[in-house]
Amino acid sequence: MLKIENLHASVEDRAILKGINLEVKPGEVHAIMGPNGAGKSTMASVIAGNESYEMTEGVIELEGVDLADLAPEERAHQGVFLSFQYPVEIPGVSVTNFIKTAINENRKAKGLGDMPAKDLLKKIREKSALLEIDRKFLSRSLNEGFSGGEKKRNEIFQMAMLEPKLAILDETDSGLDIDALRIVASGVNKLKSKDNAVIIITHYQRLLDYIKPDFVHVLYDGKIVKSGDASLALELEEKGYDWIKELV
Amino acid sequence: MSKYTEDDLREELKTKEYEYGFYTDIESETFKKGLNEDVVRAISKKKNEPQWMTDWRLEAFRVWEQMEEPNWANVTYKKPNFQEIAYYSAPKPKKKLDSLDEVDPDLLETFKKLGISLEEQKRLANVAVDIVVDSVSVATTFKKTLGEKGIIFMPISEAIQEHPELVRKHLGTVVPTTDNFYAALNSAVFSDGSFCYIPKGVRCPMELSTYFRINEGGTGQFERTLVVADKGSYVSYLEGCTAPARDENQLHAAVVELIALDDAEIKYSTVQNWYPGDAEGSGGVFNFVTKRALCETNAKVSWTQVETGSAITWKYPSCILKGNNSVGEFYSIAVTNNYQQADTGTKMIHLGKNTKSTIISKGISAGKSQNSYRGLVHIGARAENARNFSQCDSLLMGNECGAHTFPYIETKNSSAQIEHEATTSKIGEEQLFYCNQRGIDTEKAIALIVNGFSKEVLNKLPMEFAVEAQKLLEISLEGSVG
Repeated sequence: MLKIENLHASVEDRAILKGINLEVKPGEVHAIMGPNGAGKSTMASVIAGNESYEMTEGVIELEGVDLADLAPEERAHQGVFLSFQYPVEIPGVSVTNFIKTAINENRKAKGLGDMPAKDLLKKIREKSALLEIDRKFLSRSLNEGFSGGEKKRNEIFQMAMLEPKLAILDETDSGLDIDALRIVASGVNKLKSKDNAVIIITHYQRLLDYIKPDFVHVLYDGKIVKSGDASLALELEEKGYDWIKELV
Repeated sequence: MSKYTEDDLREELKTKEYEYGFYTDIESETFKKGLNEDVVRAISKKKNEPQWMTDWRLEAFRVWEQMEEPNWANVTYKKPNFQEIAYYSAPKPKKKLDSLDEVDPDLLETFKKLGISLEEQKRLANVAVDIVVDSVSVATTFKKTLGEKGIIFMPISEAIQEHPELVRKHLGTVVPTTDNFYAALNSAVFSDGSFCYIPKGVRCPMELSTYFRINEGGTGQFERTLVVADKGSYVSYLEGCTAPARDENQLHAAVVELIALDDAEIKYSTVQNWYPGDAEGSGGVFNFVTKRALCETNAKVSWTQVETGSAITWKYPSCILKGNNSVGEFYSIAVTNNYQQADTGTKMIHLGKNTKSTIISKGISAGKSQNSYRGLVHIGARAENARNFSQCDSLLMGNECGAHTFPYIETKNSSAQIEHEATTSKIGEEQLFYCNQRGIDTEKAIALIVNGFSKEVLNKLPMEFAVEAQKLLEISLEGSVG
């Protein structure tokens, strides 16, 4: 599904990603772990097409489609979803209005008309129930005055609504208390299918207690230095990131 | 697709042409350029006005001659040469018009391009429309329905003929001829406009609407609007404006007077979309407008405006809260782009006891434009327990535009409660990327963010107007971001 080869990226001429290779198949969950500054969030941003980062070398393909030259919204239309570490506020735009716009823009890109209001409402009801979201929440301005947990839950709600092929969860566990973490994780688990894939970017093992990864990769200094199964995360938790530094 | 950068967006914005920039070739009758007492008399004569009206105009003209053009506003422009303007222009009707079928087809075509389908409006929107094209009303609908309720809604030139006592009693009582340079000019040369009277206790059953446009090149437009809501009555009045693109600057100096007698309520909504000039800042309408309302006891006046057009805007719809418990409201969205300059706001003059006012102003600046809010909250010595709440928010796009806020507060009564809030924000790349990541392109994202920003004001507009206004915001800002 996702193929990344020799990915290099920099910000303001400072190289951050230095040759990443990664292949994600449908139905798989991959976890990317690593110390602060390793390039985890940069990797997520580059896949999503954030123009603050310059992709200097390499290949990013989603189901054979070269993403490198696509605008961020076109990548979204291809099925890339990024759950932001720091979701932005848009005052005066309700969660419902925002997600409606997003869904209809994605449909438009596929040559479809707007989703009928009835279907949209049904879907909103279904997905908000899945994530235990109070529907009053949906008429609030997007992320404005949201707690950390509400922001992250809102990200996963949007993911549920948009049904992407590839979801990248960037530090979704940060700022979540244990209850919110469980709800978010169970939401992600319910949304998982054999046709989609998830990349979880996290600093800690704790989210991986709830969403079990098929593969764990350790990112260090812009490169994947070690890959393994779920047990690698536990090993990492036990030995700490200094252990990785010794490996390099 | 290659990456769509901010520079591309700015480029696209610059080259975006004024959507309504077309010119209708209607045979029109235009006075020679220039202004003197003879021209004032000629205008009055042309309209077959009674002597008192001619005298009123002449008095205004004499005052105007002594006045100087104000320059305290935060706008810069080349002052118009008032002798280079033709002061009267009327489409030549083939004969007296009784129905729309008789209206010049070219003119109807123009309205169609503007999306103003009279037929549709009549059928769907429950709106009575009085159209002013270059100064003279050519079609008036719904007059009969309104007549049954005793509501008078007609061109002011007709009202001067048919209801001289009403016009004479109220004209110039809220905005005196001596009020300011442009009001004096307007009083001297106004060609037409609307007059509306709602009798005691009558609730006007429909939104009254007037579309003003400027059409003939090199002509000024000086409308005069007078709305009188008698005791306990209610009216909602809509005013929408678009003008075709012209190379030379065009002057527009309107005066609007609202009178809300005891327990009356007037809602006055404006969408203004006159030609803003091109991307280099040449051309565009000079919009120097005086709008003021007088509120008697328990009366309420709401001004709602969406200002997206004009090269220069100078406009402060105000409320004189004379009666006890009267209420004034001002809701405004002002958009400036390219080289547009707007200096707009309101004055809330609290004279009566327990008077209340609310000001919500949203300024959106893009390109190299300058957008200023200027407002006065005045609490008079006798205005016990007066209250005001003001909120001025500015949204910036790019690094070359400016937003300014000039709030003036004068209070002569210590029981007053005045609150003022102001924010300035910028559409950030992070917001745009977030929207992009959800599949929303930058254009649409801006529209979404701007609509969110303007929502409190858009919500105050009547339904059919809100849709048009929202569309206008999108058109005015298409592609503008930084």
